[in-house]
Amino acid sequence: MDSVNNSHSRVVGVTGPLATVEVGKGQEVSQNEVGFVTCEGVPLKAEIIRIRGNLVDMQVFESTTGLQVGDKVDFSGELLSATLGPGILGNIYEGLQNPLAKLENDQGFFLKRGQYLPSLDEEKTWEFTPVVTKGATVKAGHYLGKVPESIFDHHIMVPLTFLGTWEVLDIKPAGPYNINEQIALLRNEEEREEIVTMKQEWPVKMPMRVYKERLLPDRELLTQCRLIDIFYPLAEGGTACIPGPFGAGKTVLQQIVSRYAETDIVIVVACGERAGEVVETIKEFPELEDPKTGKSLMERTIIICNTSSMPVAAREASIYTGITLGEYFRQLGLKVLLLADSTSRWAQALRESSARMEEIPGEEAFPAYLESRIAAVYERAGLVRLHDDSTGSLTIMGTVSPAGGNFEEPVTQNTLKVVGAFYGLSRTRSDQRRYPAIDPLLSWSLYRTLMKDSLNERHENWVDLVQEAQDLLFKGNDIHQMMLVVGEEGISVDDLVTYLKSELIDTVCLQQDAFDVVERATSKERQVLDFLLLMEMVHHQFEFSNKEDAKKEMTNIQNLFFQLKYCAFQGEDYQKYRKEIETILRKE
Amino acid sequence: MIIEHSRIIAIQGDIITVPATGISYGELASVKGRRGTSLAQVIRLRGEDVLLQVFAGARGVATGDQVRFLGHPMQAAFGDALLGRIFNGSGDPIDNGAELVALPRIPIGGPSVNPIMRVIPRGFIETRVPMVDVFNPLVESQKLPIFAAAGEPYNDLLARIGMRANADIVILGGIGLKHDEYLKFRNAFEEAGVLSRTIMFMHTASDPVVERLLVPDMSLAVAEQFAIQGKRVLVLLTDMTAFADAMKEIAISMDQVPSNLGYPGSLYSDLASRYEKAVDFEGAGSITILAVTTMPGDDVTHPVPDNTGYITEGQFYLRKGVIEPFGSLSRLKQLVIGKVTRDDHGYIMNSMIRLFAKSREVEQKLAMGFDKTPDDDRYLNYAKLFYDRFMDLKVDIGLNEALDLGWKTMAECFRPDEVGIKQEIVDQYWPDGH
Repeated sequence: MDSVNNSHSRVVGVTGPLATVEVGKGQEVSQNEVGFVTCEGVPLKAEIIRIRGNLVDMQVFESTTGLQVGDKVDFSGELLSATLGPGILGNIYEGLQNPLAKLENDQGFFLKRGQYLPSLDEEKTWEFTPVVTKGATVKAGHYLGKVPESIFDHHIMVPLTFLGTWEVLDIKPAGPYNINEQIALLRNEEEREEIVTMKQEWPVKMPMRVYKERLLPDRELLTQCRLIDIFYPLAEGGTACIPGPFGAGKTVLQQIVSRYAETDIVIVVACGERAGEVVETIKEFPELEDPKTGKSLMERTIIICNTSSMPVAAREASIYTGITLGEYFRQLGLKVLLLADSTSRWAQALRESSARMEEIPGEEAFPAYLESRIAAVYERAGLVRLHDDSTGSLTIMGTVSPAGGNFEEPVTQNTLKVVGAFYGLSRTRSDQRRYPAIDPLLSWSLYRTLMKDSLNERHENWVDLVQEAQDLLFKGNDIHQMMLVVGEEGISVDDLVTYLKSELIDTVCLQQDAFDVVERATSKERQVLDFLLLMEMVHHQFEFSNKEDAKKEMTNIQNLFFQLKYCAFQGEDYQKYRKEIETILRKE
Repeated sequence: MIIEHSRIIAIQGDIITVPATGISYGELASVKGRRGTSLAQVIRLRGEDVLLQVFAGARGVATGDQVRFLGHPMQAAFGDALLGRIFNGSGDPIDNGAELVALPRIPIGGPSVNPIMRVIPRGFIETRVPMVDVFNPLVESQKLPIFAAAGEPYNDLLARIGMRANADIVILGGIGLKHDEYLKFRNAFEEAGVLSRTIMFMHTASDPVVERLLVPDMSLAVAEQFAIQGKRVLVLLTDMTAFADAMKEIAISMDQVPSNLGYPGSLYSDLASRYEKAVDFEGAGSITILAVTTMPGDDVTHPVPDNTGYITEGQFYLRKGVIEPFGSLSRLKQLVIGKVTRDDHGYIMNSMIRLFAKSREVEQKLAMGFDKTPDDDRYLNYAKLFYDRFMDLKVDIGLNEALDLGWKTMAECFRPDEVGIKQEIVDQYWPDGH
């Protein structure tokens, strides 16, 4: 786009990160266009968020200290975009996809404003192999060639923004190229020729819909967290929301999932949270081994890090940047999991800019468009069928930090409307040290019904058994409530046994020790074997004559299962405890 | 370039509006009138109008007062000469000492640390308060609030920690303090002879409300410079709820839409940008923050403690004059327990709390009228010893001494097989003669 006469646009107002700009005559601007506000001689990146006549409001992605009325503004003609191509993996970006490791730091430590570096390494060369020949007809998203990256082939695509049908005029032979070198020349029906490199751009706030169709999410995404996988499973291409008060273990749960979930790519968006938590991920992931590939976990991970003290406008952008990267890897036919921690901070960023624009507030001063923005974010997840009939998926898990731990607040409620699974963390369970503190009586997953067929591949009655276990948890809770009123004396032996069985399920299946080497991740195979054994015990008819006997026996059984879950799978001890449990089951 | 203006066209709350051009956002100005001079900061530019918040408050500011723009944002003086001194929120000395004209100036409220330049915390800060050191140790670069209802002795606790903690420099930021609290702090530090490593930024309740907003930024900007020089700095702030209330007041005077109980929508970000200054610099020093947050109505879901809880790495609850052993939590403690501290630390911590929880159950059981068993007596005795030797805020012992006392206390009440500690540790530490 043409950007002449740009320099006639000037700042006319500043409040916090919001700058009001008077646009020069004849200058065309668009919503969400990127511009640069020159502050003390340094151009600062900003985005148009409102246009009124010749005045536009721009959120500046950096501190606006020093900005003056009359300062020059240049518009780029481009929307806020992410750079896509080989070399994204393993990076730690801030919200606008600046590589944090390459930024120059003030006094050696502090972020300096106005630095915009290439998101990808421009020097590095990649071994390119073409997969099309001259004369081929291609469309956006079709693969032109591939380069090996990490554990998979990174396909080089016809840029996703290209409309219509294109003919390959030239394709480079196999060999090393960097991301800025031409690898193909394409021509469309209107005789327009375009050079293609390995790098492309995509506007972050636009959903990437370059696929044949969106499919029903009917395959499970294994997180290796039992409470999720068994009781409230997550689907590949699905969405989930994890709300919880502070101290309920949101962060630990996210960290565990980011480490052990069975996916190709994990994108962690640290959005307005503590820097300390990101530091742990940054420092530990390179040391940890991905059990599937044997390589460092960092090689399948991308971190987008806009912690709470970094500029608030970039926090709003960070979630979109993360999702765009996720969608890109989905186009490559990969299974992507995005963890956004926390979407409440993102919503608060919206609220802050809405308040500065003096918009009429909605509930709790959040803008009226909060609901549609949240829906738009989660709707970008999905399992899709690509041009070559392979599939790719983007799964989104977002945490919510509800004020006062009360789920009746706008961000939680609007998120629950659009997600497929809800993992509600409860203070009561975390106070009781029952981790992960996902409340089994409160949480739900729509995917259990949706994925019934694929879940029943675990065992023919799997879904029914899980439902039965869930019912038992509810029943156990009812009995527990009754016991609080009438005491243990007031209930029958049968009720006590039902209660103890529900406690058994809770202790040995729902609760999972995040800090134990064996316990922290449970494979699918083990989930099936252990859960079936557990349910066999639940079905077992005990003949207890009094409550003391019942308690004694159930304590013993609970202890056996407890020991079992800490034993390495199929090891000697594991077999030993299994045998002991089986002996009890065979006893009359 | 210094520009003077003498036409104030609007005064609302502590915010004045002056028509002026060539002014930077965040710039500082002095407002001089017949009733005194105050600093003010640009908080909004709107066409030709500049909105400033007047640090000393707009009371008595006249429309003809002189507004002189200084061409730079708010700064703090920095240097070793700050040590032992007491300043107000604007950074002016209030201890009758010399002015700090010769010192270099540093900007306050500076940018965030690049997250990748941080290191995983690994230093232990000994406070000589056993409920902190033994059960929820303070880790270098940690940010921890003390949640307390009004009337709790939170400032005594803070003063104690400030006097005893093994940090190189202690910076005390008082926000909206009662004047006698301020004097108590000053006298306590003087008597303990630790003034020479202490810097105080003191704002009392009668000082202008805008100055309150500056105290955390001043304290943390100075802390940051000392930390870069390699010092381990402990920043104590009291009371952050008063800070949040000042923000509320300013936001409302600027006609901002309030979000929750009148607080601005940016409350979380505003608190986080201060707390996130806590840091451990690779190859240099660190900043650790301990901040009092009073809970209006003793309600932890009030917006200020609630937002704080999401930002900080744990919390202490101060209830009935003692640090509550159950709700309090230091999220970073596992980084130092048994690694930097003695190998029995983790065992002592868990067992003593478990036994104390059991003692509470016994107390409740007896309160409900059940019979007392001989075992119950031992638990009651343990609870009493635990209170006197550990919980009482007057107790002043180092960590290792406290751990030894822990073994002694358990040995006086229980047998080794009752404390739930693995045998090799018991063999090594169980006191002789028990």
